[in-house]
Amino acid sequence: MAVELEDADRALLDGEHGEAAALAMRLVVKMAGVAQAPRLRDVTQAHIDSCLYHGQAGLDFAERLLAGGATVSVPATLNVSSLDLLHPDLVRLDDDTRDRAKRLMNAYVQMGCRPTWTCAPYQLPDRPGFGEHVAWAESNAIMFANSVLGARTNRYGDFIDICAAITGRVPDSGLHTDDGRRATLLLRLNGIPDALLEHDLMYAVLGYLLGRRAGSDVTAVEGLPSDTSEDRLKAIGAAAASSGAVALFHAIGVTPEASDVGAVLASGPREEEVTLADLRAARDELSRVPHGAEIGAVSVGTPHASETELRRLADLVGADRPRVPFYVNTGRAQLAGVGSVAADLSDAGVTVVTDTCTYITPVMHEIRGPVMTDSGKWAWYAPSNLGFEVALGSLEECVRSAATCRVVRDESVWGS
Amino acid sequence: MEGRILVEGHARGPALVLEEPLSFWGGLDPATGEIVEANHPQRGSVVTGTILVMPSGRGSSSSATVLAEAIRAGTAPAGIVLGEPDDIIVIGALVAEVLYSVRVPVLLTVPETLATVRDGDEIELT
Repeated sequence: MAVELEDADRALLDGEHGEAAALAMRLVVKMAGVAQAPRLRDVTQAHIDSCLYHGQAGLDFAERLLAGGATVSVPATLNVSSLDLLHPDLVRLDDDTRDRAKRLMNAYVQMGCRPTWTCAPYQLPDRPGFGEHVAWAESNAIMFANSVLGARTNRYGDFIDICAAITGRVPDSGLHTDDGRRATLLLRLNGIPDALLEHDLMYAVLGYLLGRRAGSDVTAVEGLPSDTSEDRLKAIGAAAASSGAVALFHAIGVTPEASDVGAVLASGPREEEVTLADLRAARDELSRVPHGAEIGAVSVGTPHASETELRRLADLVGADRPRVPFYVNTGRAQLAGVGSVAADLSDAGVTVVTDTCTYITPVMHEIRGPVMTDSGKWAWYAPSNLGFEVALGSLEECVRSAATCRVVRDESVWGS
Repeated sequence: MEGRILVEGHARGPALVLEEPLSFWGGLDPATGEIVEANHPQRGSVVTGTILVMPSGRGSSSSATVLAEAIRAGTAPAGIVLGEPDDIIVIGALVAEVLYSVRVPVLLTVPETLATVRDGDEIELT
């Protein structure tokens, strides 16, 4: 099936807007063919993951686009990079890699992208609204945009993100369509105690389990409290988009498309239960360091901590100072937004990391022992990327553990 | 093998059948072609030159760049067979072709067909 193109699309293909725009349009059209999309559609904005350095190929592509005169045609935010430009001494990369990472970042800024350097663009003021079509990359941001904001984006990867930003066009398929957003898996929480539903860590663990069960299915979750906060929904999404290929979940009675089950289910969905025992088992898969074990460090803020999370962390460490290295990752906009709280965090001994994240670039060093985190995503990737053993706990438990140098967890809320 | 061609090309090699989905970013070292995901049942296997048979991708948007980088470095699979569509893998292969004129074909098939493939089977994608 051929993709139906508009005149403006053909003009781009024909090189009327330069070589880079023609290449970007060729790739968008190719992807439309892969998706069997009947046409392309406009997007209002993009979030670009391609700015994170993973080797020569990413740089070759960016510099090819730049040489071809690429500029973005819709507003585009930039994801985390490999460097912390505000705290340059934190990242311990060799000079050559640092230079290449910087070149890559500069290339995207030169194309007109905003140097936001955050994996949580949904925490910026101009985030997309309900029903708005966008082209977002970064797995956790994709999940949040679709699920929590009700915006519409497919699971865009590197390269196609900037192609969409240059052309302002994407294949009209998948999660951009009503049918593509219906849930083919329904997870019912069954017998989960209220105390656990009030425990932050439950949301990261549920997300991990959701990703494992869902694969790439749009998933509906029944049984979450109607006032589940954005930060908790963020924790679900980030973990699920790491352990699975899922790009949209509907929390029934919570997220904006899911007023009730009937509103979001496809016909004949798989239906499964999630029990307390399932959640406990999922937690123990991600968190292999037992209660009471010594820890070497704590890292929180994956995805980037919100202003609410930064303030809570400052309150907690103000009362209970860490005695092991303690890192929090956040966006530069969030850090600026909390004013003097940034100094409170530093005064309490917390290392604030911006523009990047502790699991993607060498920030943590001379750490002896396992690392504790409140993030299901960090717990998923850090053992591979950094070689650390990981303990999971809520933000409160991470702070308490850092103060005592040992894993402190409230096991009673998990029914054990 | 029956399926829909997502990325064209010709490849031949022994099948490496993944028992679990893989995120190339955080899961594959493009310098060596080795699977490094901590919890992956096939951690330590090398994908280079194989026909990588995957139930699906997962995880990071950065997997596209990691695949392109592996193709550039010569550590990538010769071809990829997917049980579910994965745009992130497809765009990585397409961009590597644009940049380096190396084709790593990607074929989409159904889980029933995937289930008939055994590790080490010689597979040709045309």
